[in-house]
Amino acid sequence: MSTEKKLKVAALRNGTVIDHIPSDKLFKVVSILHLDTCLNQITLANNLESAKIGSKGLVKISDRALEEDETNKIALITPNAKINIIRDFEVVEKRALSLPEEIREIVQCTNPVCITNNQPVTTFFHVLKINEEIMLKCHYCEREVKREDVKIK
Amino acid sequence: MSNNSLVSISDYSKEEILAILDSAADFEANPNRKTLDGKVIATLFFEPSTRTRLSFETAVVRLGGSIIGFSDAATSSSSKGETLNDTIHMVSCYADAIVMRHPLEGAARYAAEVSPVPIINAGDGANQHPSQTLLDLYSILKTQGTLENLTICLVGDLKYGRTVHSLIMAMSHFHPTFKFIAPDELKMPDEYKVFCRKNNIPFTEVNELNDNFNDADILYMTRVQKERFLDLMEYERVKNVYTLKNFMLANTKSNLRILHPLPRVNEIDPDVDGNEKAYYFRQAQNGLYVRQAIVSKVLGQK
Repeated sequence: MSTEKKLKVAALRNGTVIDHIPSDKLFKVVSILHLDTCLNQITLANNLESAKIGSKGLVKISDRALEEDETNKIALITPNAKINIIRDFEVVEKRALSLPEEIREIVQCTNPVCITNNQPVTTFFHVLKINEEIMLKCHYCEREVKREDVKIK
Repeated sequence: MSNNSLVSISDYSKEEILAILDSAADFEANPNRKTLDGKVIATLFFEPSTRTRLSFETAVVRLGGSIIGFSDAATSSSSKGETLNDTIHMVSCYADAIVMRHPLEGAARYAAEVSPVPIINAGDGANQHPSQTLLDLYSILKTQGTLENLTICLVGDLKYGRTVHSLIMAMSHFHPTFKFIAPDELKMPDEYKVFCRKNNIPFTEVNELNDNFNDADILYMTRVQKERFLDLMEYERVKNVYTLKNFMLANTKSNLRILHPLPRVNEIDPDVDGNEKAYYFRQAQNGLYVRQAIVSKVLGQK
């Protein structure tokens, strides 16, 4: 299994590999990174065995090195995913995800009477750390929500 | 965005809050001036609030400014489906500042982002109502002579009541001690208790009104709303326990003053009105001077 996986990763000449995505989050990652409309060659794998998380998914994108602010968008739902940037079959960057201070667009406010749920307004959240707990605070209605209760659009 | 907007009480520093209160005292001494001569202020009330609207409009008119606007969304273009963005852009072509009340939370922050003229939030749903908070502070300062080191009892609906939440934020600059008096269903949310602990603000919580306020300088009453209760039996019980009556004030401190954002229903018995400690009607009058100060600051006038 591990030889096979290494071969798959190594088979990418240039691009980005996102590994250790929990299986139930793979398609969320696809949607957050807008991979459904990306024209590059993309390989998706899911329900692979993983010693660390049981069952995992994997995304390989050819000829595109995702920027840090792009990959950090998925930090909210897959904080432990691993990003590898490949150039000429070599891993040139191993990137850990870090949660951005501000999150736009991908999160929906949980407050039904928030302006962002009723008018064409792009959502905007501030990421706060309160007593070791990650909270998202809506920039508009000021409601705070725990990281695990966040609704992804 | 116009940086002069007032959306939330946390937009103002301690110094800015004190400057507003200073300026309000100045307007109280002399409320009729012509400093806003030639200015047009729009009051956009997407939901009705007669008290707040009249207070803002009086503030503007007494300063020589003029008013345009509407008092009910049914008579505005939003009833035809116009977005808030479009309404704000349209009105900003005519007015120098916009006072807005909107039922959606966050509407004021959004309006302040898209508007070329300053926005004054006159209430966005259950979120913020900073002019109410400033007039509460002004009333506390006026009756106590200081904002520092006061014991403040907050009573009633502490869960949904935005005025009490904003008051905690604003008073956090002035070393208060709080007592939260609420039925279990309407207790102060954890985030505000976390805020108090973080800012070293001592507080206690009790769930009966009784005479739990004998050490208080300010008794801040709020309305216990029937629609907040799932169990109507519980509402009937709570409603009677949370009525302030004149005899309950017998052992309170002489400097105690009772505040209420109004309208009240039955949480303050009318027999309290004659007590010199009842301050809620004068509190409403203070709103005029505070709003004169806010409008002047937002427009860069003194």
